[in-house]
Amino acid sequence: MQRLQRYGWLSGLIPLVWLVLGVWQNTLGANPVERLIRVSGDWALWWLLLTLAISPLRHLTGWSGWNRWRRPLGLLCFFYALLHVTCYGVLEHFFSWEGIWRDLLKRPYITVGFCAFLLLLPLAITSTRGWMRRLGNRWGRLHLLIYPAALLVIGHYVLMTKADYRMPLLHAGVLGGLLGWRVWYVITYRIM
Amino acid sequence: MPFRWNPELKPEEITPEEWFKQRRRLMRSAALVGAGAVLGVDPLAAMEKGGAGLGEVRPGVVTLNEKQTSFQDASGYCNFYELGSGKEDPARQAATLVTRPWSVWIDGEVGRPGRVTLEELLKPHPLEERVYRMRCVEAWSMVIPWVGFPLAELLKRFEPGPKARYVAFETVLDPERLPGQKRELLPWPYREGLRLDEAMHPLTILAVGMYGRVLPNQNGAPLRLVVPWKYGFKSIKSIVRISLTTEQPVTSWNAHAPSEYGFYANVNPAVSHPRWDQSKERRIGEFLRRDTLPFNGYGDQVAGLYAGMDLTRDF
Repeated sequence: MQRLQRYGWLSGLIPLVWLVLGVWQNTLGANPVERLIRVSGDWALWWLLLTLAISPLRHLTGWSGWNRWRRPLGLLCFFYALLHVTCYGVLEHFFSWEGIWRDLLKRPYITVGFCAFLLLLPLAITSTRGWMRRLGNRWGRLHLLIYPAALLVIGHYVLMTKADYRMPLLHAGVLGGLLGWRVWYVITYRIM
Repeated sequence: MPFRWNPELKPEEITPEEWFKQRRRLMRSAALVGAGAVLGVDPLAAMEKGGAGLGEVRPGVVTLNEKQTSFQDASGYCNFYELGSGKEDPARQAATLVTRPWSVWIDGEVGRPGRVTLEELLKPHPLEERVYRMRCVEAWSMVIPWVGFPLAELLKRFEPGPKARYVAFETVLDPERLPGQKRELLPWPYREGLRLDEAMHPLTILAVGMYGRVLPNQNGAPLRLVVPWKYGFKSIKSIVRISLTTEQPVTSWNAHAPSEYGFYANVNPAVSHPRWDQSKERRIGEFLRRDTLPFNGYGDQVAGLYAGMDLTRDF
C-alpha cells in the first residue's frame, strides 16, 4: 500500500510512453504532430479534472487518503500541459516566436489556452513542501487559481472546435459538476 | 433513359481482356470479404464493392513535381462530416455509403435539365489523371493524383442558359447511408457552389477516382468536385445534384460560420482565420510546416478570375 502511494504516480506516464512509442514506430496516423498535440492536451485536461475530483471523493467516501493523490495528479496535469505547449512551440512553430506571437494575437483559443498555462505555472512551482510552509495561509489562496485555469482550459477546448461540440461540452459538464459540488458544499456548510 | 449500345465504340475504348479478368477476380474477392467490408476497415474492399473499375485513363494530363501523399494517408485522413467528425472516422464508416445505383439531377438554367444515371453522366467523358495540391482550411495539405474530367465538359453537354451565373452542388441526403446526417452539425445536405466562370475553368474537375482506382467512399465516391485553388471544403463529395442558378447559392460552411468560411474560399495566406494560421500548412508526411501559396500555387492560371476583387473582403 505504501509502495502504491510512493510510485503510483508513475502510471501517469503511460500515455507519454505510448506517445513516444507512437513517434518511434510511426503509428500516430497521417498527422502525428496534430496527434501529439491533441493527446497531450487531452491528458492535461483529464489530470486537471481528476485533481479537482479529489475533494468531492474525500467527502463522499469519508476517506482522507485521497488527499495524497492531489499533488501528483496536479503535477501530472502540469507535466502534460508543458508537453502540450512544447509540442505546439516546437513542432507547430519550430521556435518561431513571431509565429507564436501572431497566434496569441489572432487566435482566441491560443490566447485563452496560454493564459490557462500561465495560471498553472505558479501552482506547479509552489507545489513543494518548502513553498507550502513559506506561503502558509496564502498557499491555499494562491491555489484557488486552479478554478480560473480550469475554466480557461474548457474555453480553449470550445474555441478550438470546428463544429462538433460534443466532446468539449462533455468535459464542460464534468467540470460543471465538480465546481457545482463545491458551491453546494460551501453553501451547505457555510464555510465562507 | 435505357442503355444503348454505342456503335461508334473505338478500339481504344474497349477494356482489354486482361483488365476485365483482373476486375472479375477483384470483384470475386471483394464478394468474399463483403462481410468484412461492412466494417469499412479495408478501403480497397469498400471501393470494389462499388463495382466496375475505371477503365482507360489518360495519364499525366496535369502533373506536379511534388511528392505524392500516400494512398493510405489520403484515404485514411479526411473530412467528411456525414461519415463522422473525426478525421479517421470517414474511413471507418465508409461502407455505409452505398454508391450504386447512383444518379445525378442536372437542373436550373440549363437547356436540357433532367436526371441521369452515373453511367450516362460519365459515358462521353474520357478520364484523365491530374495531380493536384489539396489544401484543407485546417492548414494541412496533400498531393493527390485524381482521376476525372473537366466539369466544363459536363456543363456544356447540358447547355447552360444565358441567365446562368453560378453552379450549385448537393451531396446525397440519406441518413442511413451517411449516418452523420442524423445530427445537425451542418444544415444537410451539404451544399457547395462556384461562380460559373470558376466552374468552367479547365482546372476544375469532377473526380471519380484517385491513385488510378475508383474513389474510396470516404473520399466522396462515386462523384466529387475538385477545385485545387480553393480550400478543400469547396470540393463537395458524393454529388447528386448540379444546378445552374442566377443567384449565388447557399453553401454549407459559409452558412454555418460566415465570418470564418467565405463563399469563394480561395486558398489565401493573407486572410487569417480564428483557428488556423493560413500562411502556413503541414503537408501530410512532412515534419515542418511549409508556406502556403496564394491560390494554392495555381495563381498563374486562376488569379485572372478575380481581377478587381478585394479578396480579403470576398474571402
